[in-house]
Amino acid sequence: MRKFIRPLACLAALLASCSKEARQFRAGPATGRAPAIAQSELFPGLTAPPASGPNPYEGNAHALAEGRRLYRWFNCNGCHFNGGGGIGPPLMDDQWIYGSEPANVFATIVQGRPNGMPSFHQRLNDQQVWQIVAYVRSLGKLPDAGKPPQRASEKSAARDVKSDPE
Amino acid sequence: MTAALLIGPAGSAAPEGEWHMAAKNHANTRYSALDQITIENAGRLQPAWTFSTGLVRGHEAAPLVVGGTMYVVTPYPNILYALDLARNGALKWKYEPKPTPSSQGVACCDVVNRGAAYFDGKIIYNTLDAHTVAVDAKSGREVWKTKVGDINRGESITMAPLVAKGKVLVGNSGGEFGVRGWVKALDAGSGSVAWTAYNTGPDRDVLIGPEFQPFYESDRGEDLGVKTWPPEAWRIGGGTVWGWISYDPELDLLYHGTGNPGPWNPEQRPGDNKWTAGVFARRPDTGAARWFYQWSPHDLYDYDGINENILVDLEWEGKPRKVILHPERNGYIYVLDRATGEVLAADPYAYITTTTKIDLSTGRPVHVEAKKPKLGEVVRDIAPAAPGAKDWQPAAYSPRTGLLYLPHQNLRMDQEVMEANYIAGTPFVGAEVRMYAGPGGHRGEFEAWDPIARREVWQIKEQFPVWSGTVVTAGDVAFYGTMDGWFKAVNARSGEILWEFKCGSGIIGQPITYLGPDQRQYVAVLSGVGGWAGAVVAGQLDPRDGTGALGFVNAMKDLPHHTARGGMLYVFRLP
Repeated sequence: MRKFIRPLACLAALLASCSKEARQFRAGPATGRAPAIAQSELFPGLTAPPASGPNPYEGNAHALAEGRRLYRWFNCNGCHFNGGGGIGPPLMDDQWIYGSEPANVFATIVQGRPNGMPSFHQRLNDQQVWQIVAYVRSLGKLPDAGKPPQRASEKSAARDVKSDPE
Repeated sequence: MTAALLIGPAGSAAPEGEWHMAAKNHANTRYSALDQITIENAGRLQPAWTFSTGLVRGHEAAPLVVGGTMYVVTPYPNILYALDLARNGALKWKYEPKPTPSSQGVACCDVVNRGAAYFDGKIIYNTLDAHTVAVDAKSGREVWKTKVGDINRGESITMAPLVAKGKVLVGNSGGEFGVRGWVKALDAGSGSVAWTAYNTGPDRDVLIGPEFQPFYESDRGEDLGVKTWPPEAWRIGGGTVWGWISYDPELDLLYHGTGNPGPWNPEQRPGDNKWTAGVFARRPDTGAARWFYQWSPHDLYDYDGINENILVDLEWEGKPRKVILHPERNGYIYVLDRATGEVLAADPYAYITTTTKIDLSTGRPVHVEAKKPKLGEVVRDIAPAAPGAKDWQPAAYSPRTGLLYLPHQNLRMDQEVMEANYIAGTPFVGAEVRMYAGPGGHRGEFEAWDPIARREVWQIKEQFPVWSGTVVTAGDVAFYGTMDGWFKAVNARSGEILWEFKCGSGIIGQPITYLGPDQRQYVAVLSGVGGWAGAVVAGQLDPRDGTGALGFVNAMKDLPHHTARGGMLYVFRLP
């Protein structure tokens, strides 16, 4: 259980250091920055870990727009597309292999995952990761995720043609 | 019956009842002289035995048959199974190369493998994490294993190797990851790399030297693999070799296609982008290029040039000609002189809106201006779509009927291109695509094409893209499978369906036929839907996002209602 509880302090510190609309470019420390996450719903001894806390940017329109931009610029869309998946799994459905909590998504981006998810540890700072987390969770329309940014999607008007057999 | 003759290279010492390489022979004809199964009796085929691979991703491989053993390579994690044909496919052994799981993250279009090759007592194949392995065919013991690529540069391998003159020819995948395409020759005995030929960059890397004599003017000049790109773009320009390789022992030439240039967004790479989206003839001993022809100079639509080059000898306009038959992704069937690279004919076999014709004086396609991609604009009704009129799924050629048997798709797309950002090991595409059915609404076709009369002879429409390979026999029966799981036997002369069997999952594998230890003819195919076309099922994608899987999801939203995942080998025979 310690492994779930101990890093919570790190998370709290991390969250306290982030503020909405923060613009400064702040490189995260090389190690120990991943917030506490649980990837299981089994808690031995009936002792559930405390919730890992919200994304400081959750619901923040600017952060969502930035997250959307970064999601494309770092080629997240090359594997996950607009949430439907391809090389990587979908992000808009209700299955979250490594957990849907903001801290889980954060950890997945930073650490990578064994079956093909790259580790972006060296490419993104914490602020950017949280912005991407906000956008990713908005794709899944999670209750607290806020509205996804609309502005930039207007041009992507390729029609959704029915593929039903004729 | 046409005047077509097959006097071309058999190229393989394999007994006719066996199957030693994915394409059956060096000429890539996928023609079997077995004739027990005929137009008359094919309707009585029934399952003989089955084997579960235990895996759920797309199964594109061709099984091999050597002696009394069948060998099956699976998608990632690329297990090799040896099955005892004398005991209804009982498992003899399995070999597990254990490719790194991270390699799944650089496989553009499902984690498929297209099969192995048998040579000199060894089963040789590639793993998704860019290694080539040789396994002792009797014991299943690893003989050698060579790392040939780097997943951190986006390289993977999905292709079936070809062995010619003691050399194992392999090529990389990763045209959607900004890799630099290559083909390598490995010594079949030791696994050491004998030569590497890149398909972009300076002539010395491409192995272009004094022997290089391309037929067309636009392929002549120094270092075109550098000069036809913006500065340095050739280093991440694609031109991979993930498709089929053929070999003509008389001319002593290998033929391999080259994949699409990267990124898909063509505005980032003005120029012809040599030597992508074309075909090379090379010497097997040294890799030296003899000629090159580019199907799609400055490719605009992800038209990889890697489809099979089928080597046949035809009576062409009154003269015997050694030719290549090549059903190209851009929608044209090409007939090339395989000694020189001259295009003898290029005729449309599918719905095409992107080009009006192939100009035979220059060899270049004539483009339709309105269908060219433009930054920030959605260009609609692009046909063929990105997977082309035909993708990797290999055709077969029968010297008896003189016909080419083509499994292919009928798809178009809407596409918007945007700037792609190169980060090694991540996708490098710069396009948003939505595919949908072409005219008629069906998404697949299985057709017979007469290369001399230059016309379609018959056609079977299928609801889904026909993503399986095919085989044609001396019994004049052709076999193919559908993505909703029907395995079919067809009268190769008329196109009449003679028999069909519903397999457990959609079929995207390459059927083969062989003589069992009981001297009876069998037909085998892997079922197990997936691949690029079947990614919506194999990858459990969300069909609400049509752009998923590079836009293929848009055309396949209903596939999950027709089939489920699961790899299973099916073997059929007459009662």
